[in-house]
Amino acid sequence: MKAVVLIILNRLALGVVTLFAVSVLIFAAVNMLPGDFAQAILGQGATEEAIEAIREDLGLNKNAIVRYTDWLGGILKGDFGVSFAQANFSSFAGEDTSKGGIGSVAAQLEPRFKNTLFLAGVAAIIAVPLSLILGIMAALYRNSIFDRFVNISTLSSISSPEFFLAYVLILFLAVLNPILPSLSNIYAEMTFPDRLHKTLLPALTLTLVVMAHMMRMTRAAIINLLASPYIEMARLKGLKPARVIIFHALPNALAPIINVIALNLAYLVTGVVVVEVVFVYPGIGQLFVDSVKIRDIPVVQACCLVFAAAYILLNLTADIFSILSNPRLRHPK
Amino acid sequence: MNNDQLLVKIEKIVIQGVSDEQWLPIINSVDLHLNRGEVLGLIGESGAGKSTLGLAAMGFARDGCRISSGTVKFDGIDLISADAQTKRSLLGSRIAYVAQSAAASFNPAHKIINQHTEAPIQHGVSGRSESEKDAIELYHRLRLPTPDEIGFRYPHQVSGGQLQRAMTAMAMSCRPDLIIFDEPTTALDVTTQIEVLAAIRDIVKQFNTAAIYITHDLAVVAQMADRIKVLLKGDEVEESDTDSMLKNPQKDYTKSLWAVRSFTREEKPLASKEEMPVVRVRNVTAAYAKIPVLHNVSFDIHASRTVAVVGESGSGKSTVARCITGLLKPSEGAIEFDGVPLPADYRQRTVEQLKQAQMIYQMADTALNPRKRIREIIGRPVEFYLGLRGRKKEERVRELLDQIELDPDKFIDRLPSELSGGQKQRIGIARALAADPKFIICDEVTSALDQLVAEGILKLLARLQDSLGLAYMFITHDLATVRAISDEVVVMKDGRVVEAGGKTEMFTPPHHEYTSLLLSSVPEMDPNWLTELLEQRGVDNIGDAAIDRMNQA
Repeated sequence: MKAVVLIILNRLALGVVTLFAVSVLIFAAVNMLPGDFAQAILGQGATEEAIEAIREDLGLNKNAIVRYTDWLGGILKGDFGVSFAQANFSSFAGEDTSKGGIGSVAAQLEPRFKNTLFLAGVAAIIAVPLSLILGIMAALYRNSIFDRFVNISTLSSISSPEFFLAYVLILFLAVLNPILPSLSNIYAEMTFPDRLHKTLLPALTLTLVVMAHMMRMTRAAIINLLASPYIEMARLKGLKPARVIIFHALPNALAPIINVIALNLAYLVTGVVVVEVVFVYPGIGQLFVDSVKIRDIPVVQACCLVFAAAYILLNLTADIFSILSNPRLRHPK
Repeated sequence: MNNDQLLVKIEKIVIQGVSDEQWLPIINSVDLHLNRGEVLGLIGESGAGKSTLGLAAMGFARDGCRISSGTVKFDGIDLISADAQTKRSLLGSRIAYVAQSAAASFNPAHKIINQHTEAPIQHGVSGRSESEKDAIELYHRLRLPTPDEIGFRYPHQVSGGQLQRAMTAMAMSCRPDLIIFDEPTTALDVTTQIEVLAAIRDIVKQFNTAAIYITHDLAVVAQMADRIKVLLKGDEVEESDTDSMLKNPQKDYTKSLWAVRSFTREEKPLASKEEMPVVRVRNVTAAYAKIPVLHNVSFDIHASRTVAVVGESGSGKSTVARCITGLLKPSEGAIEFDGVPLPADYRQRTVEQLKQAQMIYQMADTALNPRKRIREIIGRPVEFYLGLRGRKKEERVRELLDQIELDPDKFIDRLPSELSGGQKQRIGIARALAADPKFIICDEVTSALDQLVAEGILKLLARLQDSLGLAYMFITHDLATVRAISDEVVVMKDGRVVEAGGKTEMFTPPHHEYTSLLLSSVPEMDPNWLTELLEQRGVDNIGDAAIDRMNQA
């Protein structure tokens, strides 16, 4: 067990290092974007002086390294900075933006991020067990009609663009059979069942998007093991095929499956922009797109950092679970 | 024969395997019968169809195989026409299987005892606690160490020989009428093998279980079987009871199998003390990372001599070879070549130094690049070490093929996949010879080959040594091979040289305690060998137990 703890600590430290490297990349990339905020809000008719004044005001004229260290220093203290777009408004409202008022990036990000997590959570709760079960059944009845049907349908859903899937679902579940609402404009005061009801359609769309990957990995990882001597042994013990697969193959196939699940969960957190836009879901993806449009650099950077952290954290969790699924590491000699 | 006693009857069975989308026969119309409580030995070389026939007795064909005609009756039940459920109800409960590699056949994800109790619970023979108790009882009977707790470990926490016994216990869990043993000791060291053999023989007798014992090792089958059936390429050669089969084999093929063990070479006199050895391993101590593997190992190898390095898995034999070739840097000590110390790291050795020591590997299959033709495989070292190109290189390659008794015109443009196992190993030898070395390390070169083929390789190596004056370091765990071709023997255990000397001296008592255990553990063709040995040494003085005792002393 001690070895496992060491491995986990090691991975955590590496995760922090990766996050730091990513912060450099994000900062560099965002600063390389053409155009700037001052130009964007003042429009084409703006005078040089006005643009310069705003740049001065927001600190955009400072050296890049200084801005990066300021930004990183703030993050380490839990301060993601001030949103450019909200800055005017909040100073007008007389609020102190440095302490997490509505103008702060954190205040903007938090509810959106919670919404995204909620959506991702609902999608994951449907998609992960469903793809595991379908994958196991496809492995059990491999090369049967069922196997082909599952493969073809999941593959076609992953091959279609997300917005297309979303519209198909809207057509069938909102328009032709009005079971679910086609708009998911949730807000903070909603009750949980209401929220769930409104979130279901985007969650189902996301389920269709991520299922193929997980289901096919489950199937492939299990089938890959079926030629192993211990599977033959299990068969020769006269066990039922379902027991052979679930009890003997699955536990040994977990590591690759867990990794694919983690990748897809990360996608659910970071890659949902299109689905959010289609369903007008107030998640972090929409905020991200809007902020890029108006060059609201602090928000863009914070979003990127959150995405990166989600990826790193989920992959780290996957690593830890794959390690734990290996009895050689759990119970050393 | 008393028909009431008949348990298994296989008639005119034909089994086919698919290869390149074609069904080819693996077993051609073989009959087999087995009475209750009887042990039938199935022997033959690789590809003879032993395992396939053994599995067919369970009504089972591996993926890619099918039973295309014939009948298999187990206790009157027709296993071919039986539905899947009927077959499942027999497998595990009345017919059990013990596989070749217990390490691979135990599921790494579950504790041993949970795999043991699975069959009884699933077949409704007994409950969990009852079956666990029985498992522990069986572990006691099979003389496993710490029988009360060994089952609660995971397979990787238990040694190979112990796992093999635990697997035998698992096969016994429902007290089946029939057990198929599929080469259960092939993957084990000799000292471990004997322990497993004794345990299997004991328990099969205690419960009067019928068994089909599959092996390629004649001496092993002689200990285990009441009756022996010989197979060759899917056909039955002959069958008779063990005694008459050993004493009086009828068919030429069987006789040739028996004769293999007779090949021996004259031992050459020991080289004199003054003579400069080709290779001198001097006080070598080495470690992998921080785990020490070799402790102060020293021995010499002289020109035209074969030094066999003997020991069980993990004794450090191959590590010595890695030190000599410079793949592993010794932490202390040195390797000398013709009296000159070699740089420890192969990257610092000159081409001339590298050329002198060549290697032949155990698995010719994986040691040859499957995408290269023989011309390139042998041509590459010819070019690298001797600097020959074009026509000269081609001539040298042809000459080498002649030396290893393969027709150059036929073989020079083939790929490794177009060769048999023995031919591949010959190419491995030619590749080593291509550098024109003085010294060759042969790492278990015959252990993956069938006996007849292995004998051919040994004869070839002997002939090459005589004509080229080569020095061999012959790494092996097979004492029969040692007896056949070595001049000197180095016995290793736990990274130390336990005993070293000339062959005759080593094979005559008195021995070091470990050497004597090793020698006495090699099965002999005499069917009473195991019984007598157990009487002599005692059941607690063989295998791991004996080694533990030795380590404590």
